[in-house]
Amino acid sequence: MSQTILSIVMFILSLALCPLLPGIVNRVKAKFAGRTGQPLLQKYYDLGKLIRKDVVYSTTATWIFRACPVAVLGGALAAAALTPFGRGGALVSFQGDFLIWAGALTLARLFMILAALDAGSAFTGMGASRETWFAVLAEPAIFLAMAALAVISHEFSMTGFFLALTPEATSRHFMALLFAALALFVVSLAENARIPVDDPTTHLELTMIHEAMLLDHSGPDLAIIEYGAALKLWVMASLAVGAAVPVNIGSWWLDAGCFLVGLLVFAVLLGVVESVMARLKLNRVPQFLVGAAVLAAISVILVARSA
Amino acid sequence: MTVVLLLAIPLAGALLALALPAAADRYRRPLVPAVALIHFALVIRLWTGRADSLPELESWLAADSLGLLFLTLTSGLFLPTSFYVIGDMLRYAEKRAAAGVSERVYVVGLLGFLFSMTAVCLSTDLGMLWVAVEATTLATAPLIYFRKSPGALEATWKYLLVCSVGIALALLGTFILAAAAGADGNMTLNIRGLAAVAGSLDPNLLKAGFIFLLVGYGAKMGLAPMHTWLPDAHSESPSPVSALLSGTLLNGAFLAILRTVEIMTAAGQGEFANELLRLFGLFSMAIAGAFILGQKDFKRLLAYSSVEHMGILAFAVGLGGSGVYAGLLHAVNHTFAKGCLFLTAGNIMFRYHSKSTLTVRGVRRGMPMNGALWLAGFLAICGLPPFGIFLTEIAILVRSFAGGRYLEGGLYLLFLAVVFIGMLGVFLGMLRGEAPELPEGERAESPLMALPGLAAIGVVLVLGFGVP
Amino acid sequence: MWLEYLSVIFILTNFILLASSRLGFCIKAVTIQGVVLAIIPLVHEGDHLNVASLVLCGVTLAVKGYAFPKLLNGAISRARIRREVEPLVGYSTSILLGLLMLVFGFWLQSRLPLGGNDGLLLPGAFFAILSGFFVTIGRRKALTQILGYLALENGIFAFGAAALPEHPWMLELGVLLDVFVAVLVMGVAVFRISEEFEHIDVDRLRSLRDPVGEG
Repeated sequence: MSQTILSIVMFILSLALCPLLPGIVNRVKAKFAGRTGQPLLQKYYDLGKLIRKDVVYSTTATWIFRACPVAVLGGALAAAALTPFGRGGALVSFQGDFLIWAGALTLARLFMILAALDAGSAFTGMGASRETWFAVLAEPAIFLAMAALAVISHEFSMTGFFLALTPEATSRHFMALLFAALALFVVSLAENARIPVDDPTTHLELTMIHEAMLLDHSGPDLAIIEYGAALKLWVMASLAVGAAVPVNIGSWWLDAGCFLVGLLVFAVLLGVVESVMARLKLNRVPQFLVGAAVLAAISVILVARSA
Repeated sequence: MTVVLLLAIPLAGALLALALPAAADRYRRPLVPAVALIHFALVIRLWTGRADSLPELESWLAADSLGLLFLTLTSGLFLPTSFYVIGDMLRYAEKRAAAGVSERVYVVGLLGFLFSMTAVCLSTDLGMLWVAVEATTLATAPLIYFRKSPGALEATWKYLLVCSVGIALALLGTFILAAAAGADGNMTLNIRGLAAVAGSLDPNLLKAGFIFLLVGYGAKMGLAPMHTWLPDAHSESPSPVSALLSGTLLNGAFLAILRTVEIMTAAGQGEFANELLRLFGLFSMAIAGAFILGQKDFKRLLAYSSVEHMGILAFAVGLGGSGVYAGLLHAVNHTFAKGCLFLTAGNIMFRYHSKSTLTVRGVRRGMPMNGALWLAGFLAICGLPPFGIFLTEIAILVRSFAGGRYLEGGLYLLFLAVVFIGMLGVFLGMLRGEAPELPEGERAESPLMALPGLAAIGVVLVLGFGVP
Repeated sequence: MWLEYLSVIFILTNFILLASSRLGFCIKAVTIQGVVLAIIPLVHEGDHLNVASLVLCGVTLAVKGYAFPKLLNGAISRARIRREVEPLVGYSTSILLGLLMLVFGFWLQSRLPLGGNDGLLLPGAFFAILSGFFVTIGRRKALTQILGYLALENGIFAFGAAALPEHPWMLELGVLLDVFVAVLVMGVAVFRISEEFEHIDVDRLRSLRDPVGEG
């Protein structure tokens, strides 16, 4: 199978499967708590239900609020198109594409934040302020991890990064890649509103971050935003998995299988972390993210030394 | 054999003191002077050269001339102090018995200190030296805390921490030297062995190692800016302990620095080491001068004077040549002069129940014997004739000028003058005036308690007239 | 290869020491350091193990892996210390400074002519020394100062393990004994401080000062 076809297949697969990840995470959490838990496909049901509902807009909301779902979905789709899913590489790839990648995600976030402010509710505004704060802190970790990958691969595009990670390269830079993957994992906790940073299931608006911003969205709008969030989780997970799992193991189906299994492991790990950790105090979150940046920085140091 | 005995006897004494029940203070006390006497006798035996050496021990422990000098200082100050300690214990015995405090820690600490100091002086291996210096810290910590006041606790904590961290750095320096020596496969930490191969060692590693050793042991020696523990520890510990800290413990660290300078000189890096020593030395003198002016606590004053004199020692050694000789002689003088001062300070404190330079008045009339010692000690420590420090301080100055270091010599002279002025005011204030009335049934002073101080100052006086 | 893994663990424990707000966690970090240090010589020497290094490993394990945590945890519970670290320098700042220290450690390694040391242990050792020093200064509690001292000591030991091809094991035993007694004495002192002042905050231990210093 050619590179292009594989990347298209993986892209479509990602769009289809991404709501599955939160389902797996929830199942793991349920198992930890001794519950049976939701069905694995719960997210699909939720999305379907939301789409059939009506939209309600606040009387104070402007076009920004209405544009938000479009921007979120667009940002997530653009990021997904730039993300290499396993051996196939990304749908679109060019020099420095990771900057655009981060920009797409940031654009989505920008609209979320603006919409949250636009809605005029105190809770959404508070959520927006926290989201901004943590997003800024997560950025260095992502880019440091990217820098480590760039040094290892001598490439400047995301597809280049991950395609260079053959089993030999992985075993040579095992330690550095482990740290980079760890850093990306920690960042994806923060970026996707997972537990030590944010609690997606809480019902107390005061303690929310991401969910607080969505309070005023409803119906298909909310469905699109939720789907965008699931896609973003998938994208971030793909990066962490890409750093940890080598490509070119054997045939293409082995690579694709490894990648998907990697994502499964990622989701399970996420569930475990959410089950065993408590949400951090807000003022401890920066420290957590600085820790992630340090992990990524160690990764850079390690590869810079062996290079 | 003598070398082994020198170590074994204080250790045995310490263990015996530890084994005696807490209440048996009466039988424990005589252990201190007994051990001190035997120790001193053994040191003299070493001087007479009749000591038989043990070749298998030589790479760890031996008495070379430098070590023997410092060992003599240790033993020589410990002996009078040990008698003073008995008197000190007796006069506070009632109070301590009432508080239920046993002297066990005191005696064990003192003998443990003698043991570890002896080990410092006899070590011929940098590693052994380190272990011994750290042991002196640990042996003296309970002594500083002996009065059990909050202040004593604070002083003990600072002492433990600053010295332990400092000495940890010295260990790093030791390891760096070892790594330098181990690069060509013949790993050694023996001082003479290192000095022999020093020329072929990597100069950068040597310098790095020396800096760590200097800073580390310098903290223990009380060189500024690592001196912060010193005034606290000296002012809070019992006076005889202060005398031993100032008179011998600081010397031990000084000896450790001398050992490393020896290696640096052998490696041809002497000038690098000397520059650092002069820098630290002058800085210590400056700091001491600044804190002596306006000092309100006479034990702290004496402590800062120790910082000053440690600075002088470092400066003297940093001058090289005859400066080293003058420095060593200065160490001898300082040991005994400071010993006398601290022992006398103990007597004054017992009479006035105060360490404040403002409340203590009329020492000359109220306590004639101690007043005379206090005055003599002051003259000696400030380098006035006819005491030995006068000669050594002049010799150091001459050496500085002869070497063309006019600026450094001028600074040295300036700091000496500042210290002199600062101390002059305090000492005269304490000596003059009318002594307060004594409570009924108390004696102002006992001649027996003045004797150890007299013996110590006598040594300085003799050294002022001629050097054997 | 194993040496590298152990070194990474060693480096990470330093970050934990700098970043953690829980005293118990910090004690664990220092304990892990001690255990790593005990194992390193065994890995180092590989095939030609001798009795001396085995004994040394055992003693190190007993002292750093068992006695120290027991002592320090004992001090916490006996002195009823609040289990929070109370830094003078914030956690995030500490972590970033830690990163700088680590980079400095790598730089030192490239500068110092310690032949054949391109592993991670040497920079890790410098990092431990610096961060131990930093924790001793930058934390408020007497107990954290002990932890800093221990990390410093561990760093020096690690330096010894990395830079000295053959160990003077007598020396290490002596050092270990001294450190052990030092921690013992410090532990007692912490207990006394907590009794005397009802806190172990070192920055409040400042009754002994000089008039001149305050102007």
